[in-house]
Amino acid sequence: MQTDPNPKKSKDSPSNSANTESTQLPSPFPDEVLEKVLSFLNSDKDRSSVSLVCKDWYNAERWTRTKLFIGNCYSVSPEIVARRFSKIKSVTLKGKPRFSDFNLVPQNWGADVHYWLTMFANVYPFLEELRLKRMTVSDESLELLATAFPGFRALSLMSCDGFSTDGLKAIATHCRNLTELDIQDTDIDDFSGGWLSCFPENFGSLEVLNFASLDSEVNFDALERLVSRCKSLRVLKVNKSITLDQLQRLLLRAPQLMELGTGSFQEDLLPGQIGDLGNAFGNCKNLQTLSGLWEVTSIYLPVLYAACASLTFLNLSYAALRSVEFGNLLAHCPNLRRLWVLDTVEDKGLEAVGSSCPLLEELRVFPADPYDQHLHRGVTESGFVAVSRGCSKLHYVLYFCWQMTNAAVATIVQNCPNFTHFRLCIMNPGRPDYLTNEPMDEAFGAVVKTCTKLQRLSVSGLLTDLTFEYIGKYAKNLETLSVAFAGSSDRAMQFVLEGCPKLRKLEIRDCPFGNAALLSGLEKYETMRSLWMSSCNVTINACRRLAREMPRLNVEVMKDKESDDSQADKVYVYRSVAGPRKDAPPFVLTL
Amino acid sequence: MVTLILRSFGKMKGVMACEHDLNLKATELRLGLPGTDESEKHLVSNAKNNKRALPESVQDSGSNANSEAKQEIAPASKAQIVGWPPVRSYRKNNLQMKKTEAETGIYVKVSMDGAPYLRKIDLKVYNKYPQLLKALEIMFKLTIGDYSEREGYKGSEYAPAYEDKDGDLMLVGDVPWDMFISSCKRLRIIKGSEARDLGCGM
Repeated sequence: MQTDPNPKKSKDSPSNSANTESTQLPSPFPDEVLEKVLSFLNSDKDRSSVSLVCKDWYNAERWTRTKLFIGNCYSVSPEIVARRFSKIKSVTLKGKPRFSDFNLVPQNWGADVHYWLTMFANVYPFLEELRLKRMTVSDESLELLATAFPGFRALSLMSCDGFSTDGLKAIATHCRNLTELDIQDTDIDDFSGGWLSCFPENFGSLEVLNFASLDSEVNFDALERLVSRCKSLRVLKVNKSITLDQLQRLLLRAPQLMELGTGSFQEDLLPGQIGDLGNAFGNCKNLQTLSGLWEVTSIYLPVLYAACASLTFLNLSYAALRSVEFGNLLAHCPNLRRLWVLDTVEDKGLEAVGSSCPLLEELRVFPADPYDQHLHRGVTESGFVAVSRGCSKLHYVLYFCWQMTNAAVATIVQNCPNFTHFRLCIMNPGRPDYLTNEPMDEAFGAVVKTCTKLQRLSVSGLLTDLTFEYIGKYAKNLETLSVAFAGSSDRAMQFVLEGCPKLRKLEIRDCPFGNAALLSGLEKYETMRSLWMSSCNVTINACRRLAREMPRLNVEVMKDKESDDSQADKVYVYRSVAGPRKDAPPFVLTL
Repeated sequence: MVTLILRSFGKMKGVMACEHDLNLKATELRLGLPGTDESEKHLVSNAKNNKRALPESVQDSGSNANSEAKQEIAPASKAQIVGWPPVRSYRKNNLQMKKTEAETGIYVKVSMDGAPYLRKIDLKVYNKYPQLLKALEIMFKLTIGDYSEREGYKGSEYAPAYEDKDGDLMLVGDVPWDMFISSCKRLRIIKGSEARDLGCGM
């Protein structure tokens, strides 16, 4: 996507100076003007395009880039980044492959941020923001971050590991200008909640504070004082240790909140206290996002009602609600755009979604009991259909269920043709259409044929190569594809590699795809961010061949202990300008 | 190892019959992992709120016995699949806690004045007060009176009481059921004059 900041300009110098290096035509604009114009570009994609126009533009762009986005931390090295960019203030880094979320990547695999931070300390001392996803972060790194960057303002850690609350102490103690501390889905050593008390008494700049995924109790007085001081606080997500009574006091201090994550609702409140809590919620006129709500039961849901009118995002995915109380709650939330729920609400609950939430754009239904093999409660295809009938603006869905039919999916996409993200997880691997006993090929065929804007697709159920033929033929905007327990032969993977021009991430597990499939994508992989294949039929020799023929790809193999020597149990292939990584642990074979 | 056994038409009969004739249970044909006692699960799950009764769902699988059979075996042996279903560790850990609660139940001690030993009862098994009180009546072979907000339990010399989280002795029945099971630490069946005291003047 090329945006031309100055149409007049493009007639003049760029193409000329690109073609004729010897005839140095003077640029009609001084560098400063070009740089000024380019400084308005924020999108990473735009900047990439701009940098390819010509040398002048490449330079102007790199001197003006302040935000760095690196989707795979191993695709480039800190040195290369340091050489190219000099004014970086904000960095986003992503590390491990996504399947590490599901325990498919062993501990100590890598993606340690420390080496990056030591480089940043040298080259970007004015760094203000660091956003990490699936990276390993040590306490030492957090201490470095807290002390080497005087202007540091925003830290966001999503699905990271390797640190403890000691590291958070350093951040709270030293970052005088901190506006954001956002810790999500993180498995760390939680020694104590004392870190929160480390914010100085005169510190009041926080706008975002999210410690919902930490367990230990924080000093409530310190938290209450902190919240009172931070007049610009708009996001507050507390952990389970915060009681309802404490929550009420916090809400009174921060009625301006736009996003709230509550603590645990497991508590006995007197009727008077319930009333106070309801009033406190009612005072929050700007609330757009509500989450937390652990152990909330039907008795307490009414306290939320007064705050629900302005809600656009409701995250009930930790609250095991039943359909009736859920329906009552939804009746108060007409402006919902995003909704996350547990499947305890069942199809009836989803019918209520269809009738109460006409503006809904995103729905995620999580399984309360993912290992429930016999009773198979939760939601079915009817719930999904009911939502699609009432919510025509739906474009993002993540749906966990035990049964589905081709007909239902066809109806769903007919009702909602604008899906950009369609992630369906039928929890029984290889389950066919439960009514017709046929494979689910036609379901996903309908999805890709109808939803022309589809960017992300996760497939499941019994699938033959036909599904993948459909994907290759129709999913022309597809960027991310996740496949598990599907397909009949190598042809399936080949269809996708040959047919999806915008494919960036392909992750496959437990499919009968072998060497022919792997090797059919040689050039394709250089246009993608990464490929993951685990528990398929790929051999190490084929991986070696891939590595040999494509030197700009890193090909990494991990073996399971029990498998035979020639099998490549887990294969991770990604493009890189940095060469093979130097920090690979012994169990990662770099070919 | 999975044991595949086909459900026979006599399954309803089989479930009931098992209470009288142990041999029938031994020869009863049913689908399931060895070691899971489906009939017990069925009785318990009916007592729980809102769950589909097991015979219905099993009936479904009975009619598609052949096709379902393959799927029913596969998931059972695949219960150990790493990373499937694809639910993030953080979410799984939070749900796991819910699950163990659901599995282990809420067991509280029940004491009765004058009884030589205490009993234990799983509050999760009951939906509402009448069921709990009936169970207590059966367990201790007594009658508990009728509940009224004004007078507590009238019509018997026994009253059911419980100790809450704060250690206070409370009359059973005053608060909504959900609130009760989350705050009840132990049950006490109070007798005689103490029962009258608890019932009146509240």
